[in-house]
Amino acid sequence: MNDFRIPIGSWVESFVEFITDTFGFIFDLVRAGFDGAYEAVEFLLGAPPFWAIMLVLGVLALGIRGWKFAVGTVVGMVVILGVDQWDNAMDTLALVLVASVLAIVISVPLGILAAKSTLASNIIRPVLDFMQTMPAFVYLIPALILFRIGVVPGIVATIIFAMAPGVRLTELGIRSVDKEVVEAGQAFGASPWRILRQIQLPLATPTIMAGINQVIMLSLSMVVISGLVGAGGLGAQVIASLNRIDIALGFEAGLAVVILAIFLDRITASLGSSDSGGFFGSIRRVLRSRRVTDAVAFAPDTNPAPAPQRARV
Amino acid sequence: MTESNPLQETIAVKADHLYKAFGRRPHEIVKKLKAGKSRADISSLGVAAVIDASFEVKKGEIFVVMGLSGSGKSTLIRMLNGLWDTTSGTVTVGGTDITGVSAKELRDIRRKSISMVFQHFALLPHRTVIDNVAYGLEIQGMGRAERLAKAQTIIDLVGLAGWADNLPSELSGGMQQRVGLGRALAADTDVLLMDEAFSALDPLIRREMQEQLIELQAALGKTIIFITHDLNEAMFLGDRIAVMRDGRIVQIGTPEEILTDPANDYVAQFVQDVDRARVLTAVSVMEPVRSVITKTAGPRAALHTMRDLQTSVTFVLNRDRSFAGIVRDRDVLKLVKAGETDLRGIIRDDATSVSPETALVDLVEPSVESELPIAVVDEKNRLLGVIPRVTLLAAIGNVSTNTGALPIVMPPATISVSQITEILGETADDTQIDAAGVHA
Ligand SMILES: Nc1ncnc2c1ncn2[C@@H]1O[C@H](COP(=O)(O)OP(=O)(O)OP(=O)(O)O)[C@@H](O)[C@H]1O
Ligand SMILES: [Mg+2]
Repeated sequence: MNDFRIPIGSWVESFVEFITDTFGFIFDLVRAGFDGAYEAVEFLLGAPPFWAIMLVLGVLALGIRGWKFAVGTVVGMVVILGVDQWDNAMDTLALVLVASVLAIVISVPLGILAAKSTLASNIIRPVLDFMQTMPAFVYLIPALILFRIGVVPGIVATIIFAMAPGVRLTELGIRSVDKEVVEAGQAFGASPWRILRQIQLPLATPTIMAGINQVIMLSLSMVVISGLVGAGGLGAQVIASLNRIDIALGFEAGLAVVILAIFLDRITASLGSSDSGGFFGSIRRVLRSRRVTDAVAFAPDTNPAPAPQRARV
Repeated sequence: MTESNPLQETIAVKADHLYKAFGRRPHEIVKKLKAGKSRADISSLGVAAVIDASFEVKKGEIFVVMGLSGSGKSTLIRMLNGLWDTTSGTVTVGGTDITGVSAKELRDIRRKSISMVFQHFALLPHRTVIDNVAYGLEIQGMGRAERLAKAQTIIDLVGLAGWADNLPSELSGGMQQRVGLGRALAADTDVLLMDEAFSALDPLIRREMQEQLIELQAALGKTIIFITHDLNEAMFLGDRIAVMRDGRIVQIGTPEEILTDPANDYVAQFVQDVDRARVLTAVSVMEPVRSVITKTAGPRAALHTMRDLQTSVTFVLNRDRSFAGIVRDRDVLKLVKAGETDLRGIIRDDATSVSPETALVDLVEPSVESELPIAVVDEKNRLLGVIPRVTLLAAIGNVSTNTGALPIVMPPATISVSQITEILGETADDTQIDAAGVHA
């Protein structure tokens, strides 16, 4: 028994080595791209004075959920500022935004694919299971080797870790759209693409948004862990406090993470719910009022992209 | 799409030995069914929802598929526009075999030729009523203003004026059903598939919609395949009815054929409590005319007929065999006694004449008002048959009668046979009269 050993670990290691050697240039490209995206977002959030960012976030909160949430947001931001974690928080926010946008951009189409094809679903599902249950730290190791130290391995590990619910809930949302409604589309001769665009996606939106909410929350937790590989931000503070057994710093950085988490969760959660002033409901209301006032306007056949206006609660 | 056989042009939809099985291996199920196994035999393998269904629906026809819940009606209708593949068999729409065409061609056919009303409405919940109604037009590529205008007229037609900008969830079930109907009507296809399209409506609106559908059909010449489990609806709407049971079509026929000649006990039970008075028409219950003479035959011939048939009334036809009226025995007797030879003076028109398509329900009143049988005449006013009161009552009550018994068919004689014979003997000889022509 003692002699029996399956060297999966070293296989994976050689595989990663092989990839690094052969496709190194690709990873360099990806690294440059992700780095650039992060720098840009980080600049947007970090360059303006704190009060400007606070104002923007407060208005966003007001528009999406109402004045109570706006006040809560501003208070939370003031606390972050007060514990001297503002810059770190903005770095982390930038990481979360970049990683979750990329995760969403990958996971939603994958979810659509899985919903449309049972074969794809059967392949994707176990892969997602694997990605979700593998301890998060493990992703950091190959990511570190492939992308070297910095924000990029953190972003990559975050994308992989956070993607799963985006794929799953998109698939679930589309699959649970009333079959007869989809059949109605088919019965009138709509193409699969049109049915996806005009029936399945709009009706699956609440579920997809719940998935997106999960993606963002998971991103936040992973971004903190990425502090280990030099991703900076609040994660780096948490790691530093761990190394120094610095309770005060640890708590303050942790508190900032919690405040960010609550803010992101509430914002994305209300985007998903279609009732009472939700994202979807407000789009609909805007569209309807537009038709009433402007009945002969020629609108394109598609549902217009999400309108910038948002109704209050 | 091209028509080679001109005969086929009159066939809008054709189903040829359709099978649909649900289960792991549907083809195996169908193979077993074709080998003669019953639906119960294959129940361990899956469900045979439709078994060997064949029929042809003519252009402009309302073809009703009727059957109890679970008999496979919705499955059948979904195969007719290719929403569900057939496990075996072919469907032809407007001359094109849709079971073999590409997805794109199938979409084309659905856009242009065949639309559908769904049992559970299947409206797009995130679109307003008018956008739902305009959906088919939108897919056909019609511009927004044009399709909204057209949708608005359809909305008015189905009685939803004022609701155009509401969401389906703000409407009652019956109103949603009408949106579904409007959506199919707006698409303006030749063939309409309607899966229990009126089942969510209350009886009054339902009747109104049924009548509207028939009017619409008459005006636009649509081919309609209508599914229902309501027999009265089937009888009212259907030019022909297919009765389904456990996946099989057990009988196809006109409402009257199904009522008067059910193929088996199942159909017979099904039709037991239908409102026969609305379904059966004069032509299906009328009896041959026995007591009839031509106008030129003269009073002696009339009297002779009435004596032989023991009636007090006989029907009179013109030379061209069109219906002229009736004569009564007393009048004829007077004429004969006076030695007159012309019947014209005593022909009365108090017998009601109706067309063959008149529903029995419309015969009740005239039948009550007069003891005379109702005359059934065609469009050239030729006498086709008569409906005595007893026959009418028997038909409505679904009682079989021995209507060969003359005394109950025609008003019984009021003058005794011997009296008539006596008078006939006094006035002339009989051989001449017989030659004048007594018609049955
Ligand atoms: N997708 C499916 N998978 C398995 N079985 C099905 C499926 N759809 C229908 N069936 C079965 O096929 C049979 C016929 O169903 P169908 O819906 O055609 O009946 P129906 O005549 O329309 O009934 P109803 O009047 O209740 O609408 C039923 O026994 C049903 O259980
Ligand atoms: Mg059904």
